[in-house]
Order: sequence, then C-alpha cells, then structure tokens
Amino acid sequence: MLNGIPINYYIMLCAVLFIIGVVGVMARRNAIIVFMCIELMLNAVNLLLVAFSTLHQDASGQVFVFFIMAVAAAEVAVGLAILSMVYRNFKSIDIDLLSRIKN
Amino acid sequence: MIKLVALIPLFPLLGFLINGFFGKKISKGLSGTIASLAVLASFVVSLLIFMDLEEHHEMTSHAVNLFAWINSGSLNIPFEFLVDPLSSWFLLIITGIGFLIHIYSIGYMHDDEGFSRFFTYLNLFVFFMLLLVLGNNYLIMFVGWEGVGLCSYLLIGFWYKNTAYNNAAKKAFIMNRIGDLGFLLGIILIFVTFGSITYSEVFSLAGSGSNSVITAIALLLFIGAMGKSAQLPLYTWLPDAMAGPTPVSALIHAATMVTAGIYMIVRSNVFYSMSDVASEVVAIVGVTTALFAATIGLFQNDIKKVLAYSTVSQLGLMFLGLGVGAYSSSVFHVTTHAFFKALLFLGAGSVIHAMGGEQDMRKMGGLKKALPITFMTMLIGTIAISGIPPFSGFFSKDEILAHTFEHSPVLWFFGMVASILTAFYMFRLLYLTFYRNFRGTHEQEHHLHESPKSMTIPLIVLAVLSILGGFLGLPEFWGFTNWMHHHLDSIILHKNPSVLNHTTEWMLMGIAVIAASITIVVAYMVYIKKQTLPEAKDEKLTGLKKVIYNKYYVDEIYNLIITKPLNAMSDLFYKFFDKQVIDGFVNGVGSAVVGMSSIVRKAQTGHIGVYIFSMVLGIILILFYSFI
Amino acid sequence: MLGYTITQWLFGVLSLMAIMFALMVVFTRNPVNSVLYLVLTFFCIAGHYLLLNAQFLAVVHIVVYAGAIMVLFLFIIMLMNLNADTEPRKHIVTRVIAGCIGGVLLFVMVGALKGAEQLQLVQGGSSQIGLVKNLGKVLFTEFLFPFEIASILLLSALVGAIMIGKREKTVEEIGN
Repeated sequence: MLNGIPINYYIMLCAVLFIIGVVGVMARRNAIIVFMCIELMLNAVNLLLVAFSTLHQDASGQVFVFFIMAVAAAEVAVGLAILSMVYRNFKSIDIDLLSRIKN
Repeated sequence: MIKLVALIPLFPLLGFLINGFFGKKISKGLSGTIASLAVLASFVVSLLIFMDLEEHHEMTSHAVNLFAWINSGSLNIPFEFLVDPLSSWFLLIITGIGFLIHIYSIGYMHDDEGFSRFFTYLNLFVFFMLLLVLGNNYLIMFVGWEGVGLCSYLLIGFWYKNTAYNNAAKKAFIMNRIGDLGFLLGIILIFVTFGSITYSEVFSLAGSGSNSVITAIALLLFIGAMGKSAQLPLYTWLPDAMAGPTPVSALIHAATMVTAGIYMIVRSNVFYSMSDVASEVVAIVGVTTALFAATIGLFQNDIKKVLAYSTVSQLGLMFLGLGVGAYSSSVFHVTTHAFFKALLFLGAGSVIHAMGGEQDMRKMGGLKKALPITFMTMLIGTIAISGIPPFSGFFSKDEILAHTFEHSPVLWFFGMVASILTAFYMFRLLYLTFYRNFRGTHEQEHHLHESPKSMTIPLIVLAVLSILGGFLGLPEFWGFTNWMHHHLDSIILHKNPSVLNHTTEWMLMGIAVIAASITIVVAYMVYIKKQTLPEAKDEKLTGLKKVIYNKYYVDEIYNLIITKPLNAMSDLFYKFFDKQVIDGFVNGVGSAVVGMSSIVRKAQTGHIGVYIFSMVLGIILILFYSFI
Repeated sequence: MLGYTITQWLFGVLSLMAIMFALMVVFTRNPVNSVLYLVLTFFCIAGHYLLLNAQFLAVVHIVVYAGAIMVLFLFIIMLMNLNADTEPRKHIVTRVIAGCIGGVLLFVMVGALKGAEQLQLVQGGSSQIGLVKNLGKVLFTEFLFPFEIASILLLSALVGAIMIGKREKTVEEIGN
C-alpha cells in the first residue's frame, strides 16, 4: 500500500509547471514553441485536476481532463494549420515579426 | 333600437375610410354622395333612437357597452356609449345639420381639386363629434374632443398652400390645446377624486367631494370649454378659423364643434350646480365674451368675420345661461343657434360663391335681386338671431336672459346689450350685402348668379328650421309646456325653477323685442337712409372705433405678452443653452473620447508580446487582490 | 530510505524531472529539442497520473499527447526546416523581464494557494475511479451531452484545419 502525498505538493508542482509555460510564452519568439508552452500550461492544469479528482474520489475531474485533451487536440490541429499557412505566406513564424504585418 | 347606437358613428367612419382610401379613384359625385349618405344614415338611426327614447320615456338613460377598452390596475374604462335625452338631442343636431352641410358642400366645393379630401375630413369630423357626444365617460369624450380639434385643424388649413390659412389652422390647434390641457387635468382630477370617469358613477359620487375639489374640477373643465367654445381669453382662434371653406365654418365653427364645450358643461352640470364660484366664473366669462365679441362684430367688414364674432358672442350668451343654471335653456339656444348660424354661414357662403370669392362687404351691395333665395333665407336667419318673435332665436335668447335676470340684473343688462348689438351688426351685414347699389367690379356684377340647388335647398330647410325651431321651447308662462325643459328634465340633476312672476317675464320680453326693433330701425337709418359706408381705408378710424376695429388689439397683446417673450426666450435658449451648453456637452463628449482614445490607442501596438505581458500582469493583479 | 515511502520518492523524482524537462523546453534553442523535451515532460506527467492511480488517463495521455500531438509538432517543425540557427531570439531585456514576471506570478500564486487544504493526503493507491469502467460510466451518463459536443468540436476542428491548410490560389493563378 503506497502512502499518500499532501495535495499542496501537487499544487506547487502544477504552479511551477504552469509558470514555466507562462515564461515560455513570454520569452520565446518562435510561434511553435509558444504553442508548446501553452500545451504545457494545459497539462499542468490537467495534472491538478486529476490530483483533486483522486483526493475527492470524484470521477468528474478525470472526465474534465478528457475534454481538455479533446479541446487541446482540436486547438493544435487548427493552430498548426494556421501556423503552416502563415509560414507558407511569410516564410517565418516569428511572432514579433508577425506583429509588424498588422497593416 | 338603442343597441344600434354603435351604427351612428360607424357610418361616418366608413365614409371617412372609403373617401380616404379611394377618394382619388372615384368620381366627385360619388365621393360626395357617399359622404352625405353616411351622415344621412347616421341621422336616420339617431332619429329612430330618439323616437324610441321618447316613447319609453321612463327609461331615460342607457349605457351600451361595446368592449372593454382600458383595463389596467384600478383603471377600468369600458368603451361605452350613453344614450340619454341630452346625447340623443345632440346626435340629431350634429347629424341633421351635418347632413345639410354635406349636401351644401357638394355644390360649394364642386370646383375644388381637394373635393374628396374635403369630404374625408368632414366625415371624420362628424365621426369624432358623435364620439364626443356619445361617450359614457370622460375619456371617450376626450378622444372625440381631440379628434374634432384635429379635424378642425385639417379643415381650417384645407387650402394648405396659403400660409395665412396654415397659420390660422395652427392657431386654432394651439389655442384648443391650451383648453385641452385644462380639460385633461380636470379628467385626471375627477379620476383621482372619485376613482372613476364614467358619468353615472362620478355624478352619484359628486356629493361626497369637498367643495374646493368640485370647484377645481368645474373650473378645469371650463378651461377646456373655453378653448373649444371660443370664450375669453381663448377665443381668438375662431375668427381666424374663417380661413377654411365656408361649409366648414358653418359645420364646425357655428353648429357643432364649438358647442362641444356647452355639451360638456351641461353633461357635468352636477359639478357646476354644486360650486357657486365656478358657476359665477362661467357666467361672467360668458357675458364678457358676449359683449366683447359683439362690439368687435360692429366694425368688421369681412362677411364671415362678422358671423364669426357673432358666433363667439352667442356662445358667450350660452355660457351665461350655463353660469346661471339655465342648462336646458342653453341647450335650447345651442339648437336654435345651430339652425340660424348654419343658415347664415351657408348664406354667406352662397354670397361669396356668387361674388367669386370676395368676402369684403364694402365691395358688395344690391345682391337682393341676383340672389333671391339666398336673400330670403339670410333675412330669416338675421331676424332669428336678432330675437324678433316668433323666430327661433327670440325664444331661446329670452329664456337665457330671463334666467339671468333672476340671477343678477347686472348680468342681464350686459347680456341684453350684447343681444341688441347682435341685432345691429347682423342687420348692418344684411343691408350692406343685399341692399343699395352694387359696389364691386363689373366683372363680378356680370358673374352674379343664384347658387345651384344643392346649395339653396339646405338653405331653405335651415330657414324653415330657424322659423319653427323656437316652438321646441315655448315659454311656460304663455301656458305651453316647454318641450325642451321636459325633454332634458332627467339630465339636469339640480333644478333651478323660475321664480319670476309673469309680469316681470312679460316686461323682459317686451324690453328685448322693443330694443331689438329699435336697433334694426337705427341700422336702417344709418345704412340705408344715410347710405353710410364703412371707411374704405383702415387708417382713418380714430379713438375707440379704431380700437374696436382692431379687435381691441387682443391678437397684438397676445403677440406682445406671450409670443414675443417666448420667441425671445427660445432665441436666448437656442443661442446660449442649445448652442453652448448642449452642443458643447455633446461635442465635448465626442472630442474627449477622441482625445483619450488617441492616447489609449498607443497601447494597441499589435505586438503579441506586449499583449501577453499585460495579460500576465493582469492575472497577477487579480490573484493578488483576490487572495492576498 | 530517509524516512520516505516509495510513493514519495517517485513523486519527488518525477516532479523534479518534469520541472527540469519543462525548463529545458523553454530554454533550448533548437525547436526539435524543445519538442523532445516536452515529450519527456509529458511522460513524467503520465507517471504522475499512474501514481494517482489514473491508469487509463495515463495511457490516453501518452497516446494523445506524446504520440499524436507532439508528433504533429515535430512534423511541422521538420516541414518548416527550423533549427537553432534560424531560431529568432527575443531581446535579452525582454527575456529578463519575462523571467521576473514569471517569478512574481509564482510568488503570488504560491501566496494565493497557501491557504489551501493543507496536509490532505492524496491516497492514490486505493482509488478505483481511474479505472476505465468507472470513467466510462461517468462519461456516458453524466457527461454524455458534453461528450457529443466534443465530437462536433473535433469534427469542426478537422474541417477547419483542412480548410485553412489548403493551398490557396495565388493572385497570378486566379489571373490565369
């Protein structure tokens, strides 16, 4: 029988992962990396949901994770399609560069 | 039979709709026929209902509920018609005279391009007037009241291409509106006080109201009547209303619409019987108006204006009657006045028609030969209005004056003077128009002709009515039953029986007849023997004459004390308040937004990085304020 | 071992690895390496799921994220021929500011979560809810409607991705 872990540890871990994602979004210029960081943030939240689901012995949390995965999959599909389109037109996926083509 | 009352206003409404929608497509003859038939049908139904009511006299008052109209909280107003002696009598006057005027209009307006429009308005007017009279509560009366105001606006400004006519129409509308406000406030006060506006309920509760409230209601209603029935100080619209076609003047401004005020006060006689103050005000305003308008009438040269001031003066007499509690006498005078005033207006219309639109009496004269029927009927009308027995005007006027004498000899004296003046200016009109030599152009003289049958027949009918109308209310001390009193007995809740002895009544009557006769002779001396003519040039008048000729400068005074300050104030408000404050505020808001956004928009760089940074900062702030 | 149970050891190791790999995702210059580090991070997270006795979710996570999504990323990166040399870099000031803001956010978050349920132990081992049977029951009863909506979402994403990814005709082609 495995002994339990305090929920606070999970909270801290997820907060750290989430913030790594945030910093990545802010610090990187490559749109794909930014995208990946967003995935990282989503996964931090997923992990926390599962942790709480187990804590409260409620399956809803894990079901939410399924939905988040579905949404993430859809998002990635569309997002990557957009990025490939952008790359095809501008030969770059630098978000700072993309900011300058607003006109 | 009484159930059919809804048909009465329905026919003119149908006529209005048909003429309104298809008037341009159908021929003039058909258009006029439809309109006239609609009113005739109403007249027939009214007559049947009237006779039904007479036969079953014990059932004096019937409410016919058509549908629930307003149901809101404690306010329940059914759309009900009331058939009682008063309303059935007014129905007869409105539809009867209205029908004759419709017939007349077919002849009078036959050359006008707005022929079907004219009949549309006429039918609509009759419809609203019937609604006014038929309603079983004040609100329906108010709807009709406003409706006739609207129609009067439309009809006065019928020849809308003329600016002066349009202004006259607007003036009538605004003057009426002042009165309407009083009427509306009166209705609201009635509702607040009694919780109902249905006549029977209100009148049965009236005794419970405090005296001051009753007086306030009576005075507010009287303000409404002042506007509609052209009493001082709101009378100025009526003479200007002569801008409309002559049948309109006859229908609206003599026979029906202006009597709405009388009808309303007779309907509400309970309030006036209970409030001495209000009655006194009504009597004094009435007699002042009668005298005031009569003096103006003395110096008018426009044939229609003379008649208009005579109408104002006669209405003043009717209000005098109301003020002294002689309600049925006033209704009687309304009736006879409707006969002879419609006759006089239509006769004047016939003269104007023959003169090719000329209305100035100084350019007429000697029309007796050219227009025999018109002359005869006009003569009858003039005698009737002057109060010569046995013509109708004599009886009704005498009744009012007798009651006034009983109430106050001073008021009687002024009323008497007003009626003597009436005789004078009416005969002046007659002499200047029909006697002596023709003073117009040769072209006009050549053009002179008697009017077509459609115009003369109504004249003849009205002339007969003017002669015989007096027999509706023969004096009781002559030993007759006064049919009018008898008929309206159930309506007048507080009776005011005559206490004069027969000698006094004979004396009053004698004074009236002798005075009127002398006046006619004087008028004859002045205008036939001495061949006096009104000054051709207005400037030559002096003193009091000039003041009266200019209608006491009432219009000018109104202009000075109301219109000019209002204009000046509007100008000031426009220049200062509107231009500076409101425009400044609106423009200020606009330029402030523009200015602020020109600063804020710098934040909209389009750099995704900046957005992300601000978003994260926002999250930090939210978390900080929510949890720490 | 130092007073920790196996679970706690596993938790600590997996957490450390997850954080490290996540940091590597952000700080590696070569996008391909970034993707690979992210895959490793996801494996660590899957390990956490196993620790929490959510076996089915762990498997799905690996299949969907590590298997499908990350391969898609990798595929796109390869397609665009991105590498460390073409990688654009933010200004150093921006990166420092980003780090600072991240630190502040962490600080605030930790502060905000300090009052959370302290020392409540997550008893992963005895939990039965992560089993496919239990999850399926909840998913197809209570969450049936959102489940169907999710299918529509995926369908529309599919159609949308195809629409966007389709090569548009250039102006010259239209002209011809």
